[in-house]
Amino acid sequence: MRRVPGDQPLLRAIGITKRYGTLLANDSVDLDLYPREIHALLGENGAGKSTLVKIIYGLIQPSAGELQWMGEKVVLSGPSAARALGIGMVFQHFSLFDNLTVAENVALGLDGAEGFAAMSARLAQVSRDYGLPLDPKREVWRLSVGERQRIEIVRMLMQDPKLLILDEPTAVLTPQEADQLFVVLERLRGEGRAILYISHKLDEVKRISDSATILRGGKKVATCNPRQETASSLARMMVGADIGEVKVTGGRGTTVPRLVINDLSLEPEDPHGVFLRGVSLEVKGGEILGIAGVAGNGQDELFATLSGERVSRHADNVIIDGHAAGQLSITERRRLGAAFVPEERLGHGTAPRMRLSENALLTGHAASGMVHHGFIDRPATLASVDKTTNIFDVRKARRDPEAVSLSGGNLQKFIVGREILREPGVLVVSQPTWGVDAAAAAVIRQALIELSGRGAAVLVISQDLDEIAEIADRVAVMFHGHLSTPMLRADATREKLGLLMGGSSAGQAVEAMEASRAVGA
Amino acid sequence: MQLVLERRQERSALVAIVSPLIAIALTLVTMAILFALLGKNPVTALIVYFIEPLTDAYTLQEIAVKATPLVMIGVGLSLCYLANVWNIGAEGQFTIGAVAGSWLAVHTNGTGAGYWVLPAMLIMGAAAGALYAMIPAICKVRFGASEILTSLMLVYVADLFMDYLVRGPWRDPKGMNFPTTAEFDPVATVPTLIDGSRLHAGAILALIVVMLATVMLGRTIKGFEIRVVGAAPRAARFAGFNSSQLVIFTFAVSGALAGLAGIIEVAGPVGHLQPGISPGYGFTAIIVAFLGRLNPVGILIAGLFLALTFIGGEGAQISLKVPLDLTKVFQGILLFYVLACDSLIVHRIRLIAAQPKAAPGTA
Repeated sequence: MRRVPGDQPLLRAIGITKRYGTLLANDSVDLDLYPREIHALLGENGAGKSTLVKIIYGLIQPSAGELQWMGEKVVLSGPSAARALGIGMVFQHFSLFDNLTVAENVALGLDGAEGFAAMSARLAQVSRDYGLPLDPKREVWRLSVGERQRIEIVRMLMQDPKLLILDEPTAVLTPQEADQLFVVLERLRGEGRAILYISHKLDEVKRISDSATILRGGKKVATCNPRQETASSLARMMVGADIGEVKVTGGRGTTVPRLVINDLSLEPEDPHGVFLRGVSLEVKGGEILGIAGVAGNGQDELFATLSGERVSRHADNVIIDGHAAGQLSITERRRLGAAFVPEERLGHGTAPRMRLSENALLTGHAASGMVHHGFIDRPATLASVDKTTNIFDVRKARRDPEAVSLSGGNLQKFIVGREILREPGVLVVSQPTWGVDAAAAAVIRQALIELSGRGAAVLVISQDLDEIAEIADRVAVMFHGHLSTPMLRADATREKLGLLMGGSSAGQAVEAMEASRAVGA
Repeated sequence: MQLVLERRQERSALVAIVSPLIAIALTLVTMAILFALLGKNPVTALIVYFIEPLTDAYTLQEIAVKATPLVMIGVGLSLCYLANVWNIGAEGQFTIGAVAGSWLAVHTNGTGAGYWVLPAMLIMGAAAGALYAMIPAICKVRFGASEILTSLMLVYVADLFMDYLVRGPWRDPKGMNFPTTAEFDPVATVPTLIDGSRLHAGAILALIVVMLATVMLGRTIKGFEIRVVGAAPRAARFAGFNSSQLVIFTFAVSGALAGLAGIIEVAGPVGHLQPGISPGYGFTAIIVAFLGRLNPVGILIAGLFLALTFIGGEGAQISLKVPLDLTKVFQGILLFYVLACDSLIVHRIRLIAAQPKAAPGTA
């Protein structure tokens, strides 16, 4: 620990309790945050991490307990009060206006009366100082997830906070991007700031944090030094039991390709999107094929073309179970036995303000017997929610709540479960465990493996190399809209993947670059 | 003490029902202040406006007569608004429906045509309203033109077109130069429900529309599609719903209902085509749709309530000598409060006891 004995905590949370009806989201939680310290907050979905940080950031009021800032009791009436004290936060879901530029977004999030030009200059300065490059004039919708996170971080740093709260910051980053973030965090710690860091990635927590508080069921289980713990002892404290390892079912793998992509080239819908350049791929029944790559290299475009949200130029660009599907709608593709899980849970995978039963209908109306002669079979949609809930352990307050009220992990289990219960022959899933805790991630990965074990072709697009290493049989890398030739998992070392992800000129990456130049130039 | 607007975890079902009532209460308070400023006794004025029309069989029927077009149009508009499609031009679709149906009535006038005339008029009115609504719909889908502007501007086109017809080619030769067509034949007139009353069969049709819309929105995949496209466009695309087709569909349905309301109004209570057949039904129906929470049954209630303001306004004009425009003021204030109170469904107001010490002057 870097803390000097006798140091006063910057922020003390004492006996924080938050009650929602009968649910205790936080149950007398104590937390001390010191300057020059990275403090990790660990816990499963629904353990109360988000509630606690929202209280510290003034977004919600505790039912009982108090906050002390530098030894004095404070009541935070809202985020602006917290910011005025020197507390900054980066949320897991970004609050950015897509149609505005980086600078405009930053200006909207700042409280001061600084002029726009001065603010822009300071934005450029801060982003340069901390090695977080940003073009202030670029519109947000053109940026990758990693770049969007940078805006949030820079916006927070411009307020010169004494305490920084980051909610699952690395969930959206590649290993290289995460490494860069850690450098920034260590530098901020060196400047004497306190950092509260929420994560599920235990290796990461062990690597960068000086102390950790573990929550379970709304209660504080322990405060410890994560460096003196093992990943499994941390996991045990979080879950209260051992997490089952994902079991690979052996001897599956057939030779029948169920999802085939043939020389798929497509210009992006938005002029600044990524061209798909001659993407070809075969996913066989019984195998999981992982597509790695830094976000914004054409994965979104590929997903949209596979799902049918965009149609491709030729019908045989996409073949699902032998049917040329390139020009079919998403509904027709679902009827061919395909299922899709997009990256964004809220707003894409689900309609946030609609009930789970309606969100079951969202993809189920195509081929799940939930609609008869245009009429919705309500009991069938509810039954599907119940079935998903039971099999995938979706935790929720009521039988049929709105999607937005579920925690990220539980909603993701619902979305993945919703598709898997349809027993698809082909499943395309993007970032299956994006911002999901270890226990939920294990459930989801196990379900994907079992689905492929039953003969389905599973295509996983993921930025999480650990995930790909854990579940994929073969791996390909996407870079600048080009897909590398898939290799067996055993051959896919981190170094090799890292080079391909960076578009380096090693091995197959050479061919990739040449091919993309040939198409593009 | 401090007032804070806080986001709710889930939308509140209770507030969804109570919010229009709060809006009405706030409107009444505001109106009372207005009456006081005009030098009228607010209590008497409100009684003339809102209670007296309910105490008389004739005015009760008149409320139903006025509510009929409001409910029909309001239901159609609610489908648009649920799907995030902003049809503001129901007034024009109403007028064109009235004109199209009247064409048949004018041309069969005095020819002794049979009972097919009225049904044919209704069909023509609905079809013309739908077709007229296709102009903004197609402009939106093909060229990305804002349907708010195009549909609104087409209201004036429709009005002037009708004006031309009743002053020119369709003018009643025996009408002493008044801008009106001849009285429609009985076969071209919507039958009344009670002898000697103006309450007509159109009211029944409005109830049927409410029932059909309730079933469609709550029970069918089309209704689900409308709600998803409005609530989460990207999720709707993922669900395989085509938002362009839905723009066409909702415009067609709302145009047809407005056109139907138009021809029913002309062939029913009015009895001939003339300027001023609508006291702004197409615009008031926008308020009806929102006051009714974009829910067909809610719209039925809201339609009756706004019809009451029309009747009460007429009464107030006579007995209190206040201008009829006060009704429009009332309706405008009401819409304002309805939209304001709607934010309480997703947000809650909280009183926070003390200011934080270290953060003075923050909002």
